[in-house]
Amino acid sequence: MNFLDQIWLIPLFPLFGAAMMLLFGRKLDPQPPSDVAVVPGLDDLHDEHDPGHHHHGHTHENAHEHVTGHEHSHGGGLKALVSLLCPGMVLLSFIWSAGAVMQLANLPERSHQVIQFTWLAGMPFHMAGGRLATFSADWGFLLDPLSAVMILVVTGIGFLIHVYSIGYMAHDNGYYRFFGYLNLFVFFMLMLVLANNYALLFVGWEGVGLCSYLLIGFYFHKKSAADAGKKAFVVNRVGDAGFILGVLLMFSVLGTVKFVDVNQILRSGQFHAETAGFGVLSAMALLLFIGATGKSAQFPLYVWLPDAMEGPTPVSALIHAATMVTAGVYMVARSSALFQLTPQTSTIVASVGAFTAIFAATIALVQNDIKRVLAYSTVSQLGYMFLALGVGAYWVAIFHLFTHAFFKALLFLGSGSVIHAVGGEQDMRRMGALKNKIPITHWTMWVGSVAIAGIPGLAGFFSKDEILWQAYSSPQGSNVLYAVGLATAGLTAFYMWRLMNMTFYGKSRVAPEVEAHIHESPATMTVPLTVLAAGSILAGWIGTPKLWGLSGWFHGFEQWLEPAFASAAVEAAHEGAHNASTEWILMTVSVAFAIIGIAIARYCYHIRPEIPGAIEARCRPIHRTLLNKWYVDELYDFLFVNGFAKGGGTVLGAFDRNVIDGGVNGAGWLTRLSSSFSIWWDTWIVDGAVRLTSLLVKLSSYPVRIVQTGRVQAYALFVVVGALAFFGYYLAR
Amino acid sequence: MAPITLTHYLALSAALLLIGTIGVLTRRNIVIILMSIELILNAVNINLIAFSHYWHNVNGQIFAIFVITDAVAEAAVGLGILIALFRNKETVLADEVDLLKW
Repeated sequence: MNFLDQIWLIPLFPLFGAAMMLLFGRKLDPQPPSDVAVVPGLDDLHDEHDPGHHHHGHTHENAHEHVTGHEHSHGGGLKALVSLLCPGMVLLSFIWSAGAVMQLANLPERSHQVIQFTWLAGMPFHMAGGRLATFSADWGFLLDPLSAVMILVVTGIGFLIHVYSIGYMAHDNGYYRFFGYLNLFVFFMLMLVLANNYALLFVGWEGVGLCSYLLIGFYFHKKSAADAGKKAFVVNRVGDAGFILGVLLMFSVLGTVKFVDVNQILRSGQFHAETAGFGVLSAMALLLFIGATGKSAQFPLYVWLPDAMEGPTPVSALIHAATMVTAGVYMVARSSALFQLTPQTSTIVASVGAFTAIFAATIALVQNDIKRVLAYSTVSQLGYMFLALGVGAYWVAIFHLFTHAFFKALLFLGSGSVIHAVGGEQDMRRMGALKNKIPITHWTMWVGSVAIAGIPGLAGFFSKDEILWQAYSSPQGSNVLYAVGLATAGLTAFYMWRLMNMTFYGKSRVAPEVEAHIHESPATMTVPLTVLAAGSILAGWIGTPKLWGLSGWFHGFEQWLEPAFASAAVEAAHEGAHNASTEWILMTVSVAFAIIGIAIARYCYHIRPEIPGAIEARCRPIHRTLLNKWYVDELYDFLFVNGFAKGGGTVLGAFDRNVIDGGVNGAGWLTRLSSSFSIWWDTWIVDGAVRLTSLLVKLSSYPVRIVQTGRVQAYALFVVVGALAFFGYYLAR
Repeated sequence: MAPITLTHYLALSAALLLIGTIGVLTRRNIVIILMSIELILNAVNINLIAFSHYWHNVNGQIFAIFVITDAVAEAAVGLGILIALFRNKETVLADEVDLLKW
C-alpha cells in the first residue's frame, strides 16, 4: 500500500470519529443530559452529596463505584461504541502515519507533498516590491522529517491518551462529547502539522485553539472552568493576531506562503541575513514568534496554560502538555530558514525561552495543586525548547519536544490516576504515602520524574543536556543562557521530587473517609502509563550526544531531521571549537545539579518535613510572591482586564458623556439657536411680507367695493352710462 | 304719403332701444326686465333687417334669425333662473336680490 500518497487520509480518521460523536452522540446517549445546561442544577446536587469530589467533575465516582457498583449500567452500549470508535480512529491514523513515515525514510530527498486542490486562489496582490502576485494556498499536505516526528507524536501519544480516557472518563456525563472533542482536536492538530503552507497551518492552529477552549471548559457549569476556557481563548487571540500578521507580511515580501517555496526563496541567497539591523525579515520572524508565544505559553502570554488545568486531566496531558502547546515550537522550527536569517529575533526567542523556563520553574516550586506544578513545569520545558530554537539548535528543540511528549504526558496521566485514586483531590497537602496503595501509578510517575529531572539514561537527560550544550556552545548561545538553563534544570529536579515526596512518600495526609476508597486505576489507565513510562526511558536513546560516539539509531534523530533544517552542516563546523572535555564537564555539572535538586527535595519533604514550613515562615514575602505566581495574573487583571475593560470603560464613559454627548448637545443647542433666528425671520420677514401685501390689497379694495352693490340693475346702469360716455366721446370729437 | 325710408326704421329701432333700456334700468320686476331685454334685441333685429334691405345683402336677415334664436334661449334660461330664484327667495324683484355683492 502506498501510504505516502494517502497522508491526506490521516487527519480524516479522527474527523470521522468527531463527526459521528458530535452529530449523533447526543441522540444515542440515553442518559439525562445533566452535563448540558438544560438541567443546570443536577450536577450541583450530586456535588452536595459528596463534597470531596466536586473539585474534579467526575463527581460521584468513588463512592458510587464502591457502594453501588451499578454505574456502568447506563449507556453501556453507547459507551462501548464510543470507546471503540474514537481511540480506534486515532489508532488508524497512527498506523497510516507509521506506514507513511517508513516509506518516507526510503525516499532519497525525504519530502513528499500531496496537493488535493487549490483551496484559496485567484487573489491578485501587490507585493511589497510592487510586483503583482497571485495569492494562492493549496489544500495540500507535506510529509517531511519534521512533520513525520509530529504526526507520530500526535497520533501515538494521542492514541494512548484516548485509551486512558476510556477509564478516566468512564463515570462522566458527556462521555461522547469528550471523545468527540478529543477526536476533533486530533484532526486539527494533524492538519496543523501536515499542512504544506502557512494558511492551512493556520486552520489547524485555530482549530486546536477551539478544541482547547471546548475541553478546558468541558465542565462548563463550573464557573472557574468556563472562565479558564475564555482566558485561554482570549490570550491565544493575542498571539494569533501576531501570527496572521506575520503570514501576511511573509506573503507580501516573499509572494508565497508555501513552506517549500518559502524555504527555497530564503535559502537562495536573495535575502541576506539581517545581522546588523532589524529589517523586514526580523519583523516577520518576530510576528510569527508572537504567535508561538501565545500557542506555546511563553512569557508574557503563558498565563492561560496553568488555568487550562480546569479541563479533564487527559486533556491536560494531550493538549496542554504533549501536543498543542508544542505547535509554536513546531511552527518556529518549520520557519527555521527565516529565523536563521534573523539573528536579532532569534536572540529574542532564546531570551524569552530562557526567561520563561526559569520563571515558570520558580512558580512550580511552591504550588500545592499537583496539576498546577505540572502545568508550570510544562511552561518551563517549553521555555527550554524555545531556548534551543533561539540558539539555532532546531533539531534539539524538536528532540526535546519529542521526549517531553512522553514524560510529560506520563506525568499528567499519572497525576490523573492519583487524583482518580483519592477521589478528585488535587491538593498535594492532602495526599502522601500513596506509594503502596497505587504502585503502578507510583512507579510510572517515578520514571517520568527521573526522566524530566535529567538523570542519565532516561529521555529527558539526552534532550535537556543537548539544549544546555547548544546554549553554551552555539554562536548564538551565551554563558547567561547556559546558566539560566542550568539553574532551571536544578529547579526542575527539585519541584518534581517535591511533588513525588508530597504525593507518594512520607505520612498520609489523606482525609480518613477518602483513605478507605483509595484504589489503583483500571487497566485502561495503567497500560498507557506503562507504555509511556517505557517511552520515557527509551525515547532519548535515538539522540545520544555526539560525544558518546554512538552511531546509527543512537544518533539517528539529528540525521533524520537534517533535511528539514539544512543547518547541521553549519553547526558541525563550529562545534569543533569547543573541546570534548568542556562538554563532559558541562554534562557532569548538569547531572550534578539534577541530583542536588532531588537530594534537597528529598531532604526537605521526606527526611525533615518541618524544614519547608520553617523556610516559608522565614521568607514569607518571597513565598507569597511565588505562591501567587509573581502576581502576574493580578498585574494583567490590573492592566488589561481592569485597565482596559474597567478603566477604559471609565475613560470611554467620560469621553461619551463629555465629548460625544457634548457634541450632540452642542449640535442641538446650535440647531435651537439657528431655529429661533429662523422663527424670527419667518414671523417678521416672510409672514410680514405676506401680511403687508394682503393689507395693501385690502386697503385698496375699500374704494372699489362701493360700486359692487350686487344689484343687477346698478350694473346695467354702469354699462349704459359707460356706453353713453363712449358714445358722447366719439360724437364730441 | 312719403315712402318709408331707412331713417324711419332706424328711428323706430332707436326708440325701441331706448324704451327697452329704460325698462331694464327702472322696472323692478324681473319678468318686466326680461321683456325689456326682448325689446332691445328686437331693436337690433329691426336695425339688421333695415340695413339688409338697404344694402341688398341677406347676411343681415340671417343674422336676425340668429338673434331671435338666441333670444329664445336667453328667455328660457332667464325664466329658469327666475323660477329658481323665486323658490329660494320668494321674490321676483331685482332690487331685493344682491347675491352678487362682495
